[in-house]
Amino acid sequence: MSLNKDHGAFVHSRLPGSRPSRFVPYLLPGLIGIFAIVIVPIGWNVYLSFTRWRGVGPTRWIGGKNWRRLMSDKTFWVSFSHSLWIIVAIVVIPTILGLLISSALTDVIQKKFGPRTSSSLRALYYLPQVLPVAVATIIMGWIFRPEDGAVNDLLAKVGLSSLQQNWLGSAKTALPVLMIILIWIQLGYPIVIFMSGLQRVDPELYEAASLDGANWWQKFRVVTLPSIVPELLVVVLTSTIGALKTFAPVFLLTKGGPGTSTMVPSYYSYNQFFQIQQVGYGAAISTALTVVIIIFSIAFTAIQKHVEKHMD
Amino acid sequence: MSSQMSEQIADTAPFGHAKHIRSWGNWTALVLLVLGAVVMLFPLVILALNAFKTTEDYNMTGPLSFPAHMSLEGVISFWNTTDFPMKFANSLLISLVVSVVGVLLSVLNSFALGIGRVKGNTVILLFIMLANMVPQEALLYPLYIMFKAIGLYNTQWSMIIIFTIIQSAYGTYLLSAVYGTFPQAILEASTVDGASRWQTLLRIVLPISWPTISVLFVFFFIWTWNEYMIPMAFLMSDSVQTVPLALATMQGQHTMAATDLAAAALLSIIPTIVFFVFFQRKLSQGIVAGSVK
Repeated sequence: MSLNKDHGAFVHSRLPGSRPSRFVPYLLPGLIGIFAIVIVPIGWNVYLSFTRWRGVGPTRWIGGKNWRRLMSDKTFWVSFSHSLWIIVAIVVIPTILGLLISSALTDVIQKKFGPRTSSSLRALYYLPQVLPVAVATIIMGWIFRPEDGAVNDLLAKVGLSSLQQNWLGSAKTALPVLMIILIWIQLGYPIVIFMSGLQRVDPELYEAASLDGANWWQKFRVVTLPSIVPELLVVVLTSTIGALKTFAPVFLLTKGGPGTSTMVPSYYSYNQFFQIQQVGYGAAISTALTVVIIIFSIAFTAIQKHVEKHMD
Repeated sequence: MSSQMSEQIADTAPFGHAKHIRSWGNWTALVLLVLGAVVMLFPLVILALNAFKTTEDYNMTGPLSFPAHMSLEGVISFWNTTDFPMKFANSLLISLVVSVVGVLLSVLNSFALGIGRVKGNTVILLFIMLANMVPQEALLYPLYIMFKAIGLYNTQWSMIIIFTIIQSAYGTYLLSAVYGTFPQAILEASTVDGASRWQTLLRIVLPISWPTISVLFVFFFIWTWNEYMIPMAFLMSDSVQTVPLALATMQGQHTMAATDLAAAALLSIIPTIVFFVFFQRKLSQGIVAGSVK
């Protein structure tokens, strides 16, 4: 009887007549790869965070010393506070602008000026997204060049020479300018995702709202926003993770400076690994970043499930 | 009643006609959106404007004027000093192999997980999700030690191996969900016809899931082409570097003239833009299907 029950609980493959174990050979190459290239390095990195190592010579186990140092390291906390600003630049602002732009493109431009106009505009907004981040960053750095860049030149041409700055070279403006650059790179992503979500919305809902005398803002709140909640959640989750990982723009434009005014966790750990050979400490920073990302993802996914259930 | 009403609406305001009634509000929206697009495009336009200027011209009139005469100086100098065709070939080799093998591994993994329901598949998928969340910084140093130890550090092979696996983790995550909902009837029919597992994969599952697979392929290619941090830490020699690295190396030399940098940047984005134009439709499908990244 109990034997039967066990058999009942046994999971079958979806291919009749093939036992699940027969599929193991298909899985092995990929799984071995993921084990060797991802899982082992993660574990190793956690181990390194409990050691002192200069990259060569013996590795010394020092217990929680790196972690205690991390807790009282001003630069580490400053770097995470900058992550919050980067989240504003990569998540908050592009999501809000993306909502407005995508709904205007779908609701106004596509209907009144044709789908061609709306999809060409969408492509223009999306263009910076396809460039390699490193290249997009360098282009924007070039625009903000201190001596002869386009922004300073533009200011001079309109008689505002007094506003000229060493944009990325002074502690006051470096982070805001970095944020502007990140907004430019990011904006197309939410627009494209939201627009595809909006194609699902029944046009009659808009028509009905219009007949009820709803203005654009009311339609946006009542029709547009509720119908793209799933896309909204995906965008917020993926871009927040992206924001926490931001590396290339900081590395290429400011190296965390001037001082620590643009320091972020991922560049801080890179700096410890390769520039001052504090491998153990670099490992602690990157492990901390990993933990933050995982906690955020799990919490957010739980919220996402809850919201989706609620919507059904 | 309600269907009657909507018929009436359709009568009084046929869709084609409504299109041509454009209010002031509509025009304002268009103007604002076009202005926004101009702002987005501004850096690239200015870049293109200066890529063909001489340094003297730039020093005289600044970045905002049209070039006095066309000069290919900057483009040619970047082409030669970085050996652009070689960088292009490196990027192409790495991205192409990664996307082909990455897709292959994703399909095999997902076939076993989604259709084979291999024992422990939920735990395995959990690990694969973890692999997708982890920032590359947390893998960087151990990978650096490993690849130095096996002698593949500073080769294109290191990038091919690492990114094939990283992309396949994402592909497996996406595709195993697709295969988990693969129509049962089709799978059963295939068995009835006497097809083996391998034949079912090749003749049934692969063709039916081809749209998703092709999207994965395009994305793996672009993501790999655009990678920066790990290649920067691994590819030291000039002869193995990729296009983004070549530009970054050049920009690192601070004495570079503005026009030369503009020309170099413009040349670096041309392959991406060509790719974008060719695969625009696939891309927008993919961003939507794969917006989990």
